[in-house]
Amino acid sequence: MAKPPRKPKLAVWKFASCDGCQLSLLDCEDELLAVAGAVEIAYFPEATRAVLKGPYDISLVEGSVTTQHDAERLLEVRRQSRRLITIGACATAAGIQGLRNFKDVREFTSVVYAHPEFIETLETSTPISTHVEVDYELRGCPIDKHQLLEVLTAFLNGRRPNIPAHSVCVECKARGTVCVLVRGAAACLGPVTHAGCGAICPAYNRGCYGCFGPKETPNAVSLAPRLVDAGMDKTGLGRVYRTFNPVADAFKKESERHGT
Amino acid sequence: MSYHPSMIGLDGLAALIEALSVDGFRVLGPTVRDDAIVYDDIAGVDDLPAGWTDEQDGGRYRLKRRDDSALFGYAVGPHAWKRFLHPPLLRLWRAEPDSAGMKLTAAPEPEERFAFLGVRSCELHAIAIQDKVFLQGPYVDPHYKARREGAFLVAVNCGTAGGTCFCASMNTGPRATAGFDLTLTEFTGEFLVEPGSDAGAALLARLPQRAATEADIERARAVSERTAASMGRHMQADGVHDLLLDNLEHKRWDDVAARCLSCGNCTQVCPTCFCTAVSDVNDLSGATERTRRWDSCFSVDFSYIHGGSVRPSPRSRYRQWMTHKLASWVDQFGTSGCVGCGRCITWCPVGIDITEEVRAIRGG
Repeated sequence: MAKPPRKPKLAVWKFASCDGCQLSLLDCEDELLAVAGAVEIAYFPEATRAVLKGPYDISLVEGSVTTQHDAERLLEVRRQSRRLITIGACATAAGIQGLRNFKDVREFTSVVYAHPEFIETLETSTPISTHVEVDYELRGCPIDKHQLLEVLTAFLNGRRPNIPAHSVCVECKARGTVCVLVRGAAACLGPVTHAGCGAICPAYNRGCYGCFGPKETPNAVSLAPRLVDAGMDKTGLGRVYRTFNPVADAFKKESERHGT
Repeated sequence: MSYHPSMIGLDGLAALIEALSVDGFRVLGPTVRDDAIVYDDIAGVDDLPAGWTDEQDGGRYRLKRRDDSALFGYAVGPHAWKRFLHPPLLRLWRAEPDSAGMKLTAAPEPEERFAFLGVRSCELHAIAIQDKVFLQGPYVDPHYKARREGAFLVAVNCGTAGGTCFCASMNTGPRATAGFDLTLTEFTGEFLVEPGSDAGAALLARLPQRAATEADIERARAVSERTAASMGRHMQADGVHDLLLDNLEHKRWDDVAARCLSCGNCTQVCPTCFCTAVSDVNDLSGATERTRRWDSCFSVDFSYIHGGSVRPSPRSRYRQWMTHKLASWVDQFGTSGCVGCGRCITWCPVGIDITEEVRAIRGG
């Protein structure tokens, strides 16, 4: 009797992050059994202590690089992975911890920790793609579980993921949400932000926070006066683009244009 | 054939909504939600935006109180009827593996029939344009057809022009002239009702009413004339086809590209924009689903062909949208693609104004 084909091995790696994106995989609930059926979960400490040796067919990488130890560990992860997919804003654009890039991290540690001398950390938080070649970057803080399933399915089938790079506005319009910016309810980053969340915040009367990072061909400079009209001041303009994706090129440039 | 107009009161309007509902229609109309007048399910007169109006300008919409209790005293809002006739997301079919290979199941079309209450003249023109696109070419779109056929349209002649309205420039309003079953013109607490189809006349016959007088009809005409004279925007539409196509390298395209967010809002709110993306996506169970969703000529992938996008720059995408809307649409479908509703101006987050862009190019 022929042996059944070997299932692809999946590994999930954590770097500097909150674990929320990995949790999205466990959050799949109804689809989790289908995932477990389609792949062999070879390394996923958040879900199981069982560890299978590499190499791995697909590695999902969460988090940014903030220590020398992680920078070295990442090289090994890449060596062991046929396909490497980053999941979430930290892995893709340095995450909230990327705020250190604009300040002196030693000053932070001296204020936060009783014994800062025990903290070994890099000056900057950097995306995975700064260190190794990445096959796909999935956006979001956190990622959307349906998009994660779509990317996994696409890679398992050798096809391109169906993940549009257009604005959040397109998702607002599809669900019938009335534009919060135009009706004066909130300052909103939707017109410059990558879709994928399903436009959750505007549906609850909040402006988009830009969790998914810049959309394709973003024009943050043109949007700025409208954010001011909606009540955002210069400090706010400098900060709003640094919340989740501080080193994403278009967001970084726009935040630096407003100082601080 | 000609029909006789009548006058109805608020009880007649309530009876109209009731009759449509009894006849099995899903009645949709204007209602207040999220600080705006949107189109949604209407159970009765109480759901209509009594005493509300709107202030509209480039990138700006505000709901305001009127000093009367008019039910239709505002211009068009963020929604267009296309979201019901040409939904933003459609599942087309699903294929599942079975013992014989693949089992293909088409998504069922809805059985409900729509009744739209409060369709403005610009919107009737927009529906007529989408009818042409989806129903009158060599390839009929079965999904649009299923939703459009049997729909009952109650138009309203606008008594208020919005700040971004320019239907008078486009010869698409403000008075409804064709494509409706009934048209209402609102006076205080009363409506002149003019049937436009046998179905409309038959429904009108069931409502409490009185015969309209010459004075009533004259009063309704005066409402439309007043509205036509108070348009918030104007577009000089004659010769715009050649004007745009003769100016494809005009410096204004660079100027507008610097402001354009390429967010796609204008295309999503436009009542005539019809473009979609069709995707086949498989899941881990081995099933495949084909879906169709609204797309936009402002997204890079929209013009993706082997090797890359045909229109990678926002400049080329804005130019594509505007020249298609106002010029090549005429070559393609025999009418302009713009009905002057002003939605693209109001709902553009940075207030890019298509009438202003035309004026700038005309200016040399």
